[in-house]
Amino acid sequence: MSATNPLAPTCVVAAYSADVYGRAAIEYAEAVARASGARLVIVNATRGDSLVDARFAHDVDIEALRERLVGEGLAVEVRHDVVPDVAEAVVAAAEEVDADLVVVGVRRRTPVGKLLMGSVAQRVILDAHCPVIAVKPAS
Amino acid sequence: MDLLLDGFATALTPENLLFATIGVLLGTAVGVLPGIGPAMTLALLLPVTYSVGADSAIIMFAGIYYGGMYGGSTTSILLNTPGESSSVITAIEGNKMAKAGRAAQALATAAIGSFVAGTIATVLLWIVTPQVADIVVTLGSPSYFALMVLALFAVTAVLGSSRLRGFIALFLGLAVGLVGTSTGQARLTFGEPLLADGIDIVVVAVALFAIGEALWVAAHMRRKPLEIIPVGQPWMSKEDWKRSWKPWLRGTAFGFPFGALPAGGAELPTFLSYATEKKLTKHPEEFGHGAIEGVAGPEAANNASAAGTLVPLLALGLPTTATAAIMLVALQGYGFQTGPTLMDDHPDLVWALLASLFVANTLLLIINLPMAPIWAKLLRIPRPYLYAGILFFASLGAYSVNFQAFDLALLLVLGVLGFFMRRFGIPVLPLIIGVILGPALEEQLTTALKISEGDVSTLWSEPVAVVVYAVMALLLVAMAVTGVRKPAAEEPSLSDTPGNNDDKELVER
Repeated sequence: MSATNPLAPTCVVAAYSADVYGRAAIEYAEAVARASGARLVIVNATRGDSLVDARFAHDVDIEALRERLVGEGLAVEVRHDVVPDVAEAVVAAAEEVDADLVVVGVRRRTPVGKLLMGSVAQRVILDAHCPVIAVKPAS
Repeated sequence: MDLLLDGFATALTPENLLFATIGVLLGTAVGVLPGIGPAMTLALLLPVTYSVGADSAIIMFAGIYYGGMYGGSTTSILLNTPGESSSVITAIEGNKMAKAGRAAQALATAAIGSFVAGTIATVLLWIVTPQVADIVVTLGSPSYFALMVLALFAVTAVLGSSRLRGFIALFLGLAVGLVGTSTGQARLTFGEPLLADGIDIVVVAVALFAIGEALWVAAHMRRKPLEIIPVGQPWMSKEDWKRSWKPWLRGTAFGFPFGALPAGGAELPTFLSYATEKKLTKHPEEFGHGAIEGVAGPEAANNASAAGTLVPLLALGLPTTATAAIMLVALQGYGFQTGPTLMDDHPDLVWALLASLFVANTLLLIINLPMAPIWAKLLRIPRPYLYAGILFFASLGAYSVNFQAFDLALLLVLGVLGFFMRRFGIPVLPLIIGVILGPALEEQLTTALKISEGDVSTLWSEPVAVVVYAVMALLLVAMAVTGVRKPAAEEPSLSDTPGNNDDKELVER
């Protein structure tokens, strides 16, 4: 882990899912990138084992998002892939681009919900090699 | 008429109504999921018949059969991935409509059109089936033999895009049907006493439909998810009704006769219906961009043809679709003699089935119009969970046939065969029909030759047989002529080449 200024990261990874939580993560990461001039890497991945994955963004939407951010003058890279494990893909991407910040969207979970369902955000937080910011959508 | 009312009385008992509801729900669910069709579901459910009454099981199966047709259209429209071969045409205009923001109307015209067509076709079924059965009962073995040959020929050569592949499947099926000692001497048993009773059709069906499909999915596990079009409650405006009702009726008119022929199949009538609507429409500019007529007509046609296939099934004992084949197996499992005498020997059962079709159709409309968005959610189930369940039930089903582990080995071997058939685009339907009709064909032939004391000319001694052979000859000539004129048609079509199979999720119903 490099000792960069925590308030001025050079590369931010945003874990994106096509829902309010993913959008909250993008919004925050976008704000950080804009303020610090950091590079922004957006990861939107799916295990691809179901026919339809609502959290996997449509091609046109991801392209629109990329164009909007590029239009704002940000250095953006988008990873839109089918991977064996989504959390691992986010962590691996962060390591690969040498990110100094990862942003994930988290949802409120009941204790039982936590028990039953593994959370991608939780695994990113635990496994990432750099600081992770967990954001919640404005309710 | 009394028989029909009795049938309704049976179909409307609370218990059977429950089975019908389970059937339509299950049928719609498997119809929605590409790769899992009503035929596979019925095959997996065959063990259920050991513990449930004949009428209840048949009523549930009828519900699954009709439900599968509804579910298939949902996937076609929202995902552009037809759940089954009969919904291919629906996907053309239906998905375009959905992309243009008219998914609700497309689903509504498909559902209501299916209901209208299903109802009309069911009524036609009530009228036609007894009459056909009355005629067929008078036929002798030679005619019956000829009809079976025609059905095998039609299912193999007329349906499907590649004749060579069709015949490969047919001969595989006939070979599997030969195994055993039913004729007194052991054939293809390889000295294995466990094969002496033949290979149970349940094992064959479960292996091909469930194991083959599961292996296929396992080999193509991770794929980019499809982009689904979100949808709310299906509804139609007055204008949509006005544009839909005629295609519904025309689609029914195409579907029922094609289904009722011993050739069967829904591909041809749905395609004809689409072509007709395209020609007759007042909005030709909309075709190719989401014309409601192009959804209404083919959807009506495929439901009407589904009902039509029950005519040869009940009146002749001839299945022409995979689902009908499994229903026949179920009937035989209960010890019923399927064939022209079924209607006379077990009128209560047949009429309960015919009445329950009407009930199932109505249930489908009531249940499915409000539930379309929920069905679309089924597509999010991760495949590993889904197929783990399917494999479990497949093994259970195959084992429960004879309670011997040997059947599980057979299941695996045939499942691998199913996988390779899928890989090389060989259709499953001729194989299944071959396994079922092969032994019956042999029996009719033996009977005919026994009566004539070995004189082969008896085979064309009956007028019906002669007509059937003439029809087959005509079909052959027609195929030869089109083959000569357009040699390009012999090339496997795009959807049939193995390389393109990755995108192909079609199942034969």
